[in-house]
Parts: sequence; C-alpha cells; structure tokens
Amino acid sequence: MGSAIASDAVSDRINSEAVAKVAKLARLSLSDDELLQATHQLSDMLDHFADIDALDLEGVEPMTHPMPIANVMRDDIEQDVLDREEVLSAAPVAEDGRFRVPPILGLDD
Amino acid sequence: MADQKTGDQIPVAATDISWEVRNGVTRAADVLERYLAEIERRDDDVHAFNLVLVDEARARAAEIDDNVVMGRVLGSLAGVPVALKDNMCTRGIPTTCSSRILDGWKPPYDATIVTKLRDAGAVIIGKTNLDEFAMGSSTENSAFGATHNPHDLTRVPGGSSGGSAAAVAAGFAPVSLGSDTGGSIRQPAALCGVVGVKPTYGAVSRLGLIAFASSLDQIGPMANNVADSALLLEAVSGHDPLDSTSIQQGPLEISKQLDWGVAGLRVGRITDLPEGASPDVNERLEVAFDALRAAGAEIVDVEVPAFTYGLTAYYLIAPAEASSNLARYDGVRFGLRIDAPDTNAMYLATRTEGFGDEVKRRIMLGTYALSAGYYDAYYGRALKVRRRIALDFAQAYEKVDVLLTPASPTVAFRMGDKTTDPMSMYLCDTYTIPSNLTGDPGMSVPFGTGESGLPVGVQVLAPALKEDVMFRTAAELERSMS
Amino acid sequence: MSDRPVDAELWTLRGYELVVGLEVHVELLTRTKLFSGSPNHFGDAPNTNIDPVSLGLPGALPVLNRQAVELAMRLGLALNCTIQRSTFARKNYFYPDMPKAYQISQYDEPISVDGWLDLPSGFRVGIERGHLEEDTGKSTHIGGSGGRIHGSDHSLIDFNRAGVPLVEIVSRPDIRTPEQAKSYVSELRAILIAVGASDAKMEEGSMRVDANVSVRLPGAELGTRCEIKNLNSIRSVGRAIEYEAQRQVGMIDAGENIRQETRHWDENDGRTHTLRSKEDADDYRYFQEPDLVVVDPDAGWIAQVRSSLPVLPAARRQRLADLTALQPDAEAVLVVTERGQDEYVLSVAQAGGDAGRALVHVKEAFAEQGDDPLVPAADLAKLTNLEIDGALTATQAKQVLAEIVAGNGGDAAAIAASKGFEAMDDSELESMVDDAISSQADAWMKFCAGDGKAMGALVGAVMKASKGQADGKAVTAILNERRENS
Repeated sequence: MGSAIASDAVSDRINSEAVAKVAKLARLSLSDDELLQATHQLSDMLDHFADIDALDLEGVEPMTHPMPIANVMRDDIEQDVLDREEVLSAAPVAEDGRFRVPPILGLDD
Repeated sequence: MADQKTGDQIPVAATDISWEVRNGVTRAADVLERYLAEIERRDDDVHAFNLVLVDEARARAAEIDDNVVMGRVLGSLAGVPVALKDNMCTRGIPTTCSSRILDGWKPPYDATIVTKLRDAGAVIIGKTNLDEFAMGSSTENSAFGATHNPHDLTRVPGGSSGGSAAAVAAGFAPVSLGSDTGGSIRQPAALCGVVGVKPTYGAVSRLGLIAFASSLDQIGPMANNVADSALLLEAVSGHDPLDSTSIQQGPLEISKQLDWGVAGLRVGRITDLPEGASPDVNERLEVAFDALRAAGAEIVDVEVPAFTYGLTAYYLIAPAEASSNLARYDGVRFGLRIDAPDTNAMYLATRTEGFGDEVKRRIMLGTYALSAGYYDAYYGRALKVRRRIALDFAQAYEKVDVLLTPASPTVAFRMGDKTTDPMSMYLCDTYTIPSNLTGDPGMSVPFGTGESGLPVGVQVLAPALKEDVMFRTAAELERSMS
Repeated sequence: MSDRPVDAELWTLRGYELVVGLEVHVELLTRTKLFSGSPNHFGDAPNTNIDPVSLGLPGALPVLNRQAVELAMRLGLALNCTIQRSTFARKNYFYPDMPKAYQISQYDEPISVDGWLDLPSGFRVGIERGHLEEDTGKSTHIGGSGGRIHGSDHSLIDFNRAGVPLVEIVSRPDIRTPEQAKSYVSELRAILIAVGASDAKMEEGSMRVDANVSVRLPGAELGTRCEIKNLNSIRSVGRAIEYEAQRQVGMIDAGENIRQETRHWDENDGRTHTLRSKEDADDYRYFQEPDLVVVDPDAGWIAQVRSSLPVLPAARRQRLADLTALQPDAEAVLVVTERGQDEYVLSVAQAGGDAGRALVHVKEAFAEQGDDPLVPAADLAKLTNLEIDGALTATQAKQVLAEIVAGNGGDAAAIAASKGFEAMDDSELESMVDDAISSQADAWMKFCAGDGKAMGALVGAVMKASKGQADGKAVTAILNERRENS
C-alpha cells in the first residue's frame, strides 16, 4: 500500500504509460499507487511469459478454436423475445421503455 | 406407501438417490432436508454458498415426489440436489459471478444446463461461491468473502469453483456443477478431495454460462465418486443449437463403461512434465501408476515438449478473451451503475468500483495482449503456441490412450499464502491448463492424502470425446483406493 | 480496369482530380436478426424485439442466421465478387448502443472480395470487399438542440435494431466525380432491390453511405482522405463530395495540411464539419470471434445462389438496348429500365409490335403506370404496327396512345377510325405536295438551291392542306425526290 516501488526497478517489458493507456481503453481508473503496482505486476508477468519468445513457431497456424467445426447456422425463424418489463426492471435506469444513460460524451477522448 | 428412508439411511451417492426417489423408496423432500440441515450446520464456516435456494428447492422436491406418486416417468437425476456455481444463469434467481458488478442481478433466462437439470428431475439447492468471474485458483477473489476448505478451514478450497468443490466435500450436496477455464474444476476438486471433470470443449453447452474465456470455458460435474460425476455429465452434455461451439452429437455415454477396467489400456507418463509438484503429490502419482499397472494397464513414457508453455499461452489468451467478454459490464443495461455526469465517466466509475483487483489485472493484461502493435508478439503468438501444444498432445496420444499427471502441484495451501504474488497463484494451474487450450477432456480423481493429511488428486487426461476411456481409468483408480 | 474515367465530364478544380471511395452499409431483408431469433422489424415499440444475445446479457451466445449468409452471397455474386471462406471478428469499443461493447463483424476474411459494379455510363468501379456485421441499437438524445448529443441532458437507448444484419460494401477509390458517386449509389440500390437483399431506403436508414474523399494532382500519390458521414440521400452524396473536394483543394492551395478525420455532412448549411479525428481513433483490438465458427460455403451452395439471381439492372438495360438497337435511345433505355418497364417493352415486341416505337411511347406516356403496366402489351403492339405501316403519323399515334393509356387499353385501329385518322394514300399525298410546290414557289426555289430551311414552309403548307393528317416524314421524302428529279 503506497510502498515505494521505484519505477526504474520495473523491467522494461511494459511501462506506466502503456499501462495507463491500456487502463483507459478498458475504462478502468487507477490511482497513482495502483498504476505503479499494476505496472510492476504486469511487467513481472510479461517477464515470465517471455519464455515463448524462444520457440520456433515458423509455419505454425494460429489455433483460435479447439475443434475444427464449420458452418453452424440457424434457420431464419422467429424465436421468443424477452419480456420488456422483466428486462427493464433489471435496468439501472429506465425511461420511456428505453435504457437511460447520462450524456454520451467523452467517449472519443 | 412403505416407510421411506430418512436421515442417515438416505444414500450419499447420486446414482442411488436417483434410483430410490424414482422407485418411491426415498422421498426427494427428505433427501433435500438432509442436505439443508448440513448446510445450516456448517456453511457459516465453510461459506460454499452465495445463495441457498431453500424455498425453491423444497417446492421442486415436493413436485418430484408428487410426480412419483402419480407414476410419472422421471429423469436420471430425480430428486438429486445439485449445487450450481454462481456464474450459471438461473432465471429470476440472482447470479453474481461473486462480483459487485452483478450483485443482485437476476437473469431473464436459464442456462441450457439449468433446463437440462430441471428436465432430469434435479433439485437445484443453491448458487456456490467462486473467484470473481472465475478468475483465480483459491476462491479468495470473491467479492462476498472466501470459501474455506472443509478439510481444514484455514486453507483454501482451490478455485475458481471453490464453492462447488467445498459443497460436495462438506456434504452440502451430493453433486455440483463448476466451470473450468484453466483448471477451475479440477484443481479445487483435488484440493477438496472430490471428483472434478472438465469435459471435451463443446460437450456441454455454454449458453448461460457467464463467459470468462470463450474458447476455453467448459461446465463440468463435481461429485464424491466417479459414477456420480458420469451420471451428471451425461445429463447435461450434448449438442445445443443455441451454442455454435457445441459438439454435433448427443449426450455423452460413459456410465456403461465404468467397470470395464484398464486391462490393455496404454497409460502415458509425461517425462518432460514441468516441475513444481511437491513431493507428496508426486508420490501419490507414482502409486497411481502402480495401481493401473497392477490392473493390467501398460505404462508408456511420452514427451509433450510444449506442455511447459501452456501457462504462458493461457495467460495471454484467456485474459485477452476476458477483456472483451467483460466489456459489457458498463452500467447501461443491468448490474451495478455508479452515476456520473457523462457516459464515459459512468463507465470508468462503475467498472473501477465494480471489479476486484484480479479481474482488473487480467482485463489490463488481456487488453495489452490484443492492442495495436502488441497483438503479434502476445496474443497472436500465443495462438501459435496453442497449436503447437495441441500437435504435441496429438502425437503423444498416438502412443497412449490416456495420460496421468498431478492435478494440483500441491495440497491445499493456507489462505493468504499466494494472494500477494499473482504469478505464484497462476502456477497452481500448471498441469490443468494445457487441456483447456487443446479442448481435450481432463478429470481429477481423489487419490489419498499428502502433507498434513490433506487430499491429493490425480489427473487423467484423454483425447477429445474420449471421456469413456478417461472415466474408465478414473474408476479403476477409485477402485484401487477402496 | 483503367484509372482514367470513361465519362466525358471529368471533375477537376485548379488542376486537382478527385478520388472517392464509398462504404455502403445495408440492412438485410431477413425475418430475424443476424445472431439471434428476434424479429428484424423497423418501427416497433422500443425494446420489444430483444433477446439475451441482442441485449448483450451475460451468458448469451450468437448463432449465425443462414438467410443472412445467403443474401450476402447473392449480393456478392451480383457485384461479381468471389465468395470465400470467412470468419467473424470482434471489433471492441465502448458505446451505449453497443450492448456487448464489441461488434461482431468480419475483418481479415470477409465473405466477398474483388468484384466490380458497372455504372450505366459504362464506367467500372471496383468492389474491394463485402462483409457481414451486426447493427447497433439506437440512441435518442434528449435536451440538446436538434436532437444532437451536444448539450443533451441524457440519452435513451432502444435495442430493437441491435443485431440486425448488415452487409458493408467497400468500393475501391475509383470514383472521380460527384456524378459517378451518385450513379454508383443509385445502381447499387437497384441491384440490392433486384436481388432481394435489402429495400435500401436511405431515408429510413436501411442503406447508409459514407464517402472517403481526397484530392490530388493527376499522377501523384493519393492525398489524405476524410471520411464523410450523415449522407441521407443520393443528392447529399453528390453535394457533400463536391463541397469536401473544394474544401480540400482550398486548403492545399492555402498551404494547409489536410487532417485525416471523420466529418459530418450538414444538409442545412451545405458543409462538412469535424466529427472526430481519426488519429485519436479507438484501438479496436480485432480478434477472431471465439463464439462463432468458420463459414465456408461449398461450391454447390454458391452455384445454387448464382443460378437463382435475377437479371440484374445492367443486363436488363443491355437487353432492352439490344432489342431497340435499330433506333438507339440510351436515355429511354435508362428511364424505362429504372421504372421496371423494360420487361413490358419486351412483351410488346413478343406480341409482334415494334420495339423501338414501344420504347419511346413507354418512356413518354407510362410514367404513372408502375412496373406492371395495365395497358395490355398486345394493344400497344397494334398501335406501333399501325405507325410503322404508315397508317398513322407520329402525331396521330400520340393521340391514340393517350386514349389507350387513359382507358388502360384499347383497339388502336378503332380509336384511330373514331378520330377520323385515315391513312392518306400516296397519290393523294403527292398531289398535295405538288400543290404546295406551286403555291410556295419561292420556298421551292430556295429548297432546290440547297436551303434546307425552306422545306419547313413547304411541309407546313401540306400539313395545312391535309388538316394535320399528312405524315411529315412521307412529305419530306416526296419533296426530296421531287428536288432530285427536277
């Protein structure tokens, strides 16, 4: 908690600026201490994960799915819809049959 | 009707319970009460449950009993209480993933496995605790407090399905369902001394399982014995047209082969397995090989060179998928919302407040692994490592039918032991992770005790859709212990 | 494909040429959404066509709609694309109308690639790709001016549209004039409707056009481009591109750099305005969608879709042009085909009529008739035959036609007779011409000396004498013959 993790003790796998950028992309706020700690921890992890750098992966195809299935589709037939009241009752703020949010600003910052 | 069994007379095996309920020997209501009493007695200490569904379960048990009286045909799990990990959607019943961000959220729909359980006559007894969003190996990351290992309350039950494992180990339910993304069923099963199964990827529908890492997650059974886990897996497995990644065939068939033994089976010992298992665990593994050899199996040495890279590949792929899967928790449509003057500020406040530290860590790691300029070095590369691991396993399976490894590197560790160093916690999944990456099945079978008399689990691994051979091997190990 | 337009009118401004690529999103005409079974229906009460998938609820999983794939294939084949194995990808970004905070789209491997679209002028625009993706929900902004976000108090989100299937068609930057851009959109729209993929209504949002605009000196490298959004009509497409091109040329001439950005077209003030700078754009972190599997249509399916395609607008225009090749009228071909009346002209020809005359009549008199004219083809055929036989003059034919159209049919001969339109026999006509030659001696002399204009007086005299019954062409022919023999 607020212990002095000097930023130059952190390996150069990832720096605070990169962590701050990533936190912003993920819509997470970090205090200065949290930012430092996260940088330290993520950097430590990436150090460990560097073991795969040594592997020769020439010609190896990426594997995104465990199973080679293809062409799973459904017919264009209507299914039951959700009950609007049930859904809106779970909404943090609903108005006029719709989900209400504060002004949609700041999203491109 | 003839006197029915109550209390201690009620069997503890799900297979027996189901038979007796269906045949009017025992009432579902009495079965349920036995377990509710145990929960009442001990769950304050163990904290396996986020929510015990007392009223709902009683109503359901009564319904089952009425059906028996009326002579209706009942399913394979008739009257069997089942505990569900709290990341499986139950309509109208809070489903929280042990996270503040979903505290109190009631899904408007049931997971497919919930529908299957109900159709099979099961009685859902409660929602169990987990590491928040299934991220962890100790159930210490829950926003609602940790679960304790029933064998030693100062120790962890493992994770992330710690609640489901503890529930079975403590006698709160005969069976439970957990989810396994990197070992989250098998590792807690090993630490709690119960059976835990991760089936072939796609064997059990993921519809309604709140996603952590989509290409790795699988729902699977936990039970006191192999036969019960087979019964539960059969009831919930099979193609689901609402899950595009589910297998194209019907429910798995396993129970019939449980007694076939292992004569002639080739059991693999991985000679280049990564180190890290403690001596007591390794010792039990040796005894397991001996037992199978004595039962007629052939022990074959194999190598799986890329096994050791599984941890890295996993901790790049899983957080990457998770960073995307967890982006929907934004305060707009459901769950927690922290008010703010604009939408972006609302996102920031809600997610910062609503997610715990481990979840945030993994989201950031995953976001980084996918981000522009880093995709190739991290996520992209990890996908290739994944393929490499799959190829190595496929080669090994040309020489053997199953593989045996430790499930967890150690017996249950003390609470707080690994919480300050995330990497140390990640190492708990060393032996379970590769089968999530390949999609092949794996299961942990209780096999004696290790240090401090704590349970040790042995892991059986098999090729895709070869649950039958895997279970046969597990059943033999179980037999050798009795 | 050449990179110099075939069109006669090039766009240039102070030496710069225009480079435009168009990205068009269309909503597909499926019954249900792309990844779930909620209805795909415009205009219903908010949040009544929703399900766990289109709301992005925890635990929900997408399942691909086969009909959406089929329609995407139809469209791809109609645009001469190759249909290939494709995968889905997640495009990750936060926005309230984006329920999962990612859009399922196609990135590395889209379903259609490498096609083209020929404009009616004959100019060819390359199609780079076509891919499937899901639509977002709809936000309504409350409290600001004009319903914009700026100054709003809050917004309300309706997820009915979330998950509706879209195909995005990306053209190559081959377009060189605002007219070509308009023509591209118009032709694409006609194709979409013809193959049944979309109703392509820009005003309803089922077809959305974004324009990527840049300028450069001929032969130079591509200039920095700006993306223009909010083009709600074909007219806007032309106006916005023209404005943007001029803006960019103006900036370059003033020594300023064009910033790569997204700009919003304002129909009211006729200008584009900065929306957001592309340099600050989100990192979308595309990766292959793990909840969906590969789509790999086999040759049989592709062949079946290809064989089910209707005759496309370009082919229909060609067919009509070929039929009327002896009396070419490119404008009439365009107009009549666009109205969907080309097949009607074919049926008139099949009923024995003259295709060329039919084409002209349909163009001029059938504007209100729709794509299934009520006038029986046989009736129009009869009329055209009377014309080419010389039994009716052009003027007379027009009058008969008017009655046929008004009555949704009619016997041309009977109507002509009832109007007293008799054919004039040749000798009668010739004597009238000779009378005119006598009475218009001055005009006759001028005409014989080579003054073509003098013919007008002579023809006029014959018309007057015949009370308009004479066939102008026949009169001209006789006059020419007389002049030769004199």
